[in-house]
Order: sequence, then C-alpha cells, then structure tokens
Amino acid sequence: MSVRLGLMALLAEGDTYGARLRSEFEERTGGTWPLNVGQVYTTLERLVRDGLVEQVGESDAEGRIAYHLTDTGRAELDTWWTTPVDRTSTPRDELTIKLALAVTAPGVDVAQVVQHQRTSTLRHLRDLTRLKRDALDRAEGTGEGADTEHGVAWLLVLENLVFAAEAEVRWLDHVESVLARHARGAQLHPHIVTVDTAGNLPAHQEGTLS
Amino acid sequence: MSAPHVVVSGVTRVHGEGEAEVTALDDVSLEIQLGELVAVMGPSGSGKSTLLNVAGGLDRPTSGTVSVGGQVLGDLGPRDLAKLRRRRMGFVFQDYNLIPSLTAAENVALPLELDGTKARLARRQARHTLDLMDLMQLSDRYPDQMSGGQQQRVAIARALVGTRRFVLADEPTGALDSQTGEEVLRVLRERCDEGVAGLLVTHEARHAAWADRVVFLRDGTVVDSTGGADRPEDLLATGGPR
Repeated sequence: MSVRLGLMALLAEGDTYGARLRSEFEERTGGTWPLNVGQVYTTLERLVRDGLVEQVGESDAEGRIAYHLTDTGRAELDTWWTTPVDRTSTPRDELTIKLALAVTAPGVDVAQVVQHQRTSTLRHLRDLTRLKRDALDRAEGTGEGADTEHGVAWLLVLENLVFAAEAEVRWLDHVESVLARHARGAQLHPHIVTVDTAGNLPAHQEGTLS
Repeated sequence: MSAPHVVVSGVTRVHGEGEAEVTALDDVSLEIQLGELVAVMGPSGSGKSTLLNVAGGLDRPTSGTVSVGGQVLGDLGPRDLAKLRRRRMGFVFQDYNLIPSLTAAENVALPLELDGTKARLARRQARHTLDLMDLMQLSDRYPDQMSGGQQQRVAIARALVGTRRFVLADEPTGALDSQTGEEVLRVLRERCDEGVAGLLVTHEARHAAWADRVVFLRDGTVVDSTGGADRPEDLLATGGPR
C-alpha cells in the first residue's frame, strides 16, 4: 500500500496537519496498517519536494504545519483512482512456499501442516468476524461509538481480510484434496507412490517425491 | 464455569454391518455451554450431519453418551426423548421447513402446540420470540410472502420458542446468498449471546467464523478445534476506530 497516495487522498478532503493525517489514516483502516509519525513526515517532505503537496503558511502556536494538495498532486491522485492496482508481480507468500517445500521435504507431515494452518486461519477468521460484528453495529449506527462513515470504511477493510482468510481456507482444502487424490493415484500406480492416504509421506519414501 | 449444557462423550456411530459397515463417528467428544455457538466443519462424509443428529437425539450412538441439560438421551424411551426434543431443542435446516399454510407466528407456535400448549398461549409466546428477534413485522406473513433469509430467521425463532435452549443448525445458510447467509448467522449468534447453546454444521469457513469454536471432523474423528475465543482487545492490535 502506498502511504504516499494514502496521505494524498486524505489531503484531497482538505488541508490538515501531519499528526491528523496519521490518525485519519489509521482510523479509516482500523489500525490494520499502523503508521509512525516519522514515516508520515518523511513522506510529506518527499511530496513537498515533488510538488505534489505544499505547506500552508507558517507553523501555528503549537508548532503544527498544515499541508495542502497541489493541482499536480490532485492530478496524480485522480490517476491513482482510475488505474487498477498492479497485481502482476507475485509477492512472496510464506504459506505457499512452506507447503510447496513441505510436499517434498523429508519427514514432514504435510497433512498436519495443512490442518494446523487451517485451524489457525479459521481462528483468525473467527476473530475477524467478531470485529466485523462490531463494525456492522457501528456502520448501522447501533453500536458503541457509532460513526457510520468510518464504520463503513473499517468494515470494508475487515471484509477484505475476511475474504483473504476464507480464500486461504479454501486453498488449504484444495491442497488436502489434491494430496489425497495424488495418494489414491499413487496406489493405482505404485511406481509413483510417494504419499499415503492421509497425505503423509511414508517414512521409507521420504524425500522421493519430485 | 457452569456445567456444559450439551455433552457428547466418546460417541461412536456405526452404520451397516459386516462388509457394509461404515464408522460415521469414531469416539467423538464435544461440550457446549449455554451462550456458546460451536461450528462443525469437515469434508463431505466426515460425519458432520451424523454428529448433529446424534447430539439432537434424532439418531442414537452405537456407543458413548449424549446429554442435554443434564439429561442423558440414551436413558430415555422414544416418547420421553421426543418430549425432550420438543421442549429443550430446536432444529434449523437448509430448506427452512416452514409449513406453507401457516403464518410465521403460527409456524413458530407450532412446536408449543404440538407439545400441548393451548393455541392462544402458544401464539403469544411465538409473538414474544418473534419480537425478541425483531421479526414482528413478519408475524402475519405466509412463507411464500417472505424471502429465504426471512424464512430462515423465522425458522430460528421456531427452533428457540418457549423453553428451548439448544439450537442445532444443519447448513442453515446453504440455500441463501452470501450476504443473506451472514445475516442469518448474525441472528443465530445473537440468540447464543442471549444464553442459548448452538451447534452449527457448515462447510463455509466464513459462516463457521461466527461460532466461538470450530471443530474439524475428518473420517468421523475430531482432528482439530480452534479452541475458545481470545479477549476482544487481543484480536487485532487496535481493533478499529474508537
């Protein structure tokens, strides 16, 4: 996530101080991606240098400086809104790498790896769902500290995390069924046998799957 | 912590005999407190529905015991077991199972009437339950005048009318779109928060996530459980806007 464009999006709503930008950013995203103050000011300095943001007047009595989005900055922001986020570069995912390696690693119980991960992800999904419930109450204006606009923003962030966790569980189910199918196929064709019916690597064949 | 409302202890259920013998459940144990919703997940044929049927007294275990509200189901004859089911537990199915010729209130009142409660009192209790669940606006509607989500909410009300404190739901969101399914789960969750024990069978992770615990079955055996919930403040670092 580009902090730079996130701050510019907030500044498009009106001039404001660095500290306020930080708290707004965290509030909208439920603190899922916390920012430190230093990161905010370093980013603002770069935005000023690039002519995308400018300072408004001098610092106030409390030493705070307000920032304003320039026309150039607004144009760049408009381009951001209308351009899809680039998904072509595949980020390294630890779980994918771990399972890909577990399938061939000697002595690793792949089924256990899958099951433990699924339990952990289901737990995470449950916890996200509890937060979502609170967010739903807030978004509907019925919960404590109801704030419809920010409630909806936080709800959407949570939904994204819920979808991601759900997709991970589905993928783990898929991994399990592929391993089981592979094991069944291996029973029919012993020369390719490498995993047992539970998806485990038999001790005498550990390390032979390729 | 008080005694669990539902205790499934060492339950094995074997179908068929000889070569056709299939072990649907193998030494499964599970406890559910009042106020707790437990979800059961697992692949097709893993024993999810058998567990629900055994816990709800619709099927008897080959070995092991099930107790609900301190009453061991295996100690009861068919008539007493049916009475206990009517009074202590309610079922929610994928296809709602509302009687088409009865209004929502009449559907909800039906289990009480079948149990001998006078019609007027049963209707009053039904309306009370619908009111508790914010469904009064549906009370005079017939099933064909309600959406799937509304019908399922009425079905949950029917499952929990009167003294029932144990709801068993078998894929209750299976016929609903994702959003409506979530709304139904939210209702079920609220009922459990009000002190009902719930057992939910689902294959959808996002629906199981409404439960306090998820138990994972494979080949009739509990292979894992998510354990109880953490404290809300521990769920995420900040937990959203204040």
